[in-house]
Amino acid sequence: MRIIKLKKDNLFPFLEVISEEADLWAPAKKGDRHIFKVIDDFAQIELNSTRTILPPKKIFLPPSFDMFSISEEGYKEDFSHITKKILFGIHPCDIHGLLILDNFYQHAFLDPYYLEARKNTLILGLSCWPDEYCFAKSTNTHIIEEGFDLFFTDLKDFFLVWIGSSQGDDLIRLKPELFDEKLTDKDIQTYINWQTERDKAYKGSINFVALPDLIELKYSDPLWEKLGDACLACGSCTNVCPTCNCYNVMDKQFLGGKDGKVMRHWDACTLEEYSEVAGGENFRKKRSDRLKLWYTHKLQAFISKYGKPSCVGCGRCVVTCPVDINVRTVGKALLGEEAEGFWVRFNREVTK
Amino acid sequence: MNGENKQLTHANPFTPEPARIVRTYYLTEDVKFFQVRIVDVEKALSFKYRPGQFAMISVLGAGEAPFSLSSTPSRPGLLEFCIRKAGTVTSALFRMKENDLIGFRGPYGNGFPIERMYDKDILIVVGGLGVAPLRSVLLFCLDNRDQFRRVSLLHGAKRPAEMIFREEFLSFKEREDLECHLAVDDDDTGAWTEKIGVVTTLFPLLKEIDPTNTFGLVCGPPVMYKFVIKELVNLKIPKDQILMTLERRMKCGVGKCGHCAIDYIYTCLDGPVFTYWDVIHMRELI
Repeated sequence: MRIIKLKKDNLFPFLEVISEEADLWAPAKKGDRHIFKVIDDFAQIELNSTRTILPPKKIFLPPSFDMFSISEEGYKEDFSHITKKILFGIHPCDIHGLLILDNFYQHAFLDPYYLEARKNTLILGLSCWPDEYCFAKSTNTHIIEEGFDLFFTDLKDFFLVWIGSSQGDDLIRLKPELFDEKLTDKDIQTYINWQTERDKAYKGSINFVALPDLIELKYSDPLWEKLGDACLACGSCTNVCPTCNCYNVMDKQFLGGKDGKVMRHWDACTLEEYSEVAGGENFRKKRSDRLKLWYTHKLQAFISKYGKPSCVGCGRCVVTCPVDINVRTVGKALLGEEAEGFWVRFNREVTK
Repeated sequence: MNGENKQLTHANPFTPEPARIVRTYYLTEDVKFFQVRIVDVEKALSFKYRPGQFAMISVLGAGEAPFSLSSTPSRPGLLEFCIRKAGTVTSALFRMKENDLIGFRGPYGNGFPIERMYDKDILIVVGGLGVAPLRSVLLFCLDNRDQFRRVSLLHGAKRPAEMIFREEFLSFKEREDLECHLAVDDDDTGAWTEKIGVVTTLFPLLKEIDPTNTFGLVCGPPVMYKFVIKELVNLKIPKDQILMTLERRMKCGVGKCGHCAIDYIYTCLDGPVFTYWDVIHMRELI
């Protein structure tokens, strides 16, 4: 893959040129956290952001969108929410998340709503630095080799830019004078040092390879009931997860006529009605059963189908769950490891 | 590629196909029979499916829900459904009349492994609305009678009035190429001439079976499976020849929405027909 250099000062001029005919999405501040949003002033772009509150899946499949408009003539496909976009500042773990969704949405039946949105979005990745909640090195998703058009590694004074696709190459050709084709030995050494330091910055690890068997062996372990007692069934973990993709479909009829629309919106397997069928039979009435489904699906079942877990170590569930049920604490509990005082706090505050 | 001039590079699997209700009538107090034809004649005639598969039916403004195909692919053209009024979509369907338009897409799911069942004995055990998918395979066996060996049917309902297709099944008793036993839990009419009791009480009436060459097919309310499977296992029918079709919340039918997920499979893609071995192997199935 071709790698070139971009001076820091040249980033905004470059983004300006390429975003003329598309919406530019990038991480920006929201309170003391970050979100992906449409950028109209480059000064809003946060180059050193940690994880955004919601993962980039919201850009491809918004929390709610129209699949069809309906009238007396029947159903008419609606793709009006899909526009040409450039997504800048997406971290390696989130690109891995998109690759997982790509696999899923192309398995068996193709999902045109996801795939059309994906086709209309250019991916400009950006390197990141782990914080205490990140465990992407354990899932081997802290680095990325595919799934982007361009990838920017931030080396303080300049970026190294990986050109990952023909479309990425086209972007560079819009303003080639901003880039430097020649890398010096010093540039390369700077990159090697950066990589070594970054690797060291990941603290702790989770043995994901051991988890599928442990989930099987501990299927009836009381730990699930304990977690179920604490779980609020709020669905936040699924909303913030970059690979959670369950949805519900609802018809909405406008007042006074036959016109309306078919809407698709995010759903969560941790919610009580998730597995309920017409007539009231609910196959997962217990919170512990629904939590077990979430963790079994991500850390065991997905591996048997796609060869890797559907967790990318972004840490969103870690920072989001109000009662600390997340891949890190559940993973460690399954592995029989003391999870940073989790069970201590858990026993004190939740299971009195 | 913005706005209106977007062109899909592939078909949208979520788009319903217009279909017309040809005939509808009550089978029991809360179950209705629907005969449906896809409006596009070419599509109606070329529509292929397997017994045990299901389809998504939609009513404009009310939504979409999965239903077992109750007709047999050996009688092409018309598609049949037995539908119990249980929610928003079925309530809307019950209000519809003959000649009304509905949305249709399918067929979905794996269906029964018919090719494996050829030249074998077929034992069908039905409870209540479980008749919806099993009627398809029963009629298929009868239409292709020389492809199968013995065909037997054990059918249970709560009361005579709740036995779906009661007259059709009573007339089956006269057929020589089908062993048919019927039961009701409770006869409130006083006129029931068949067995009284739950469906498992019909097992002793079966003539001796050849277990290793028998496929046992089960569908009924959730509570029924445990008891019927026990009988089939006692008869020594191999675990991978005990087939059942299961209900889950199949909202999209194409393995995307997630609601019917069990372990590593989606009921709508890898089911709804499972073997008893699947049940032992994958927890949560029944």
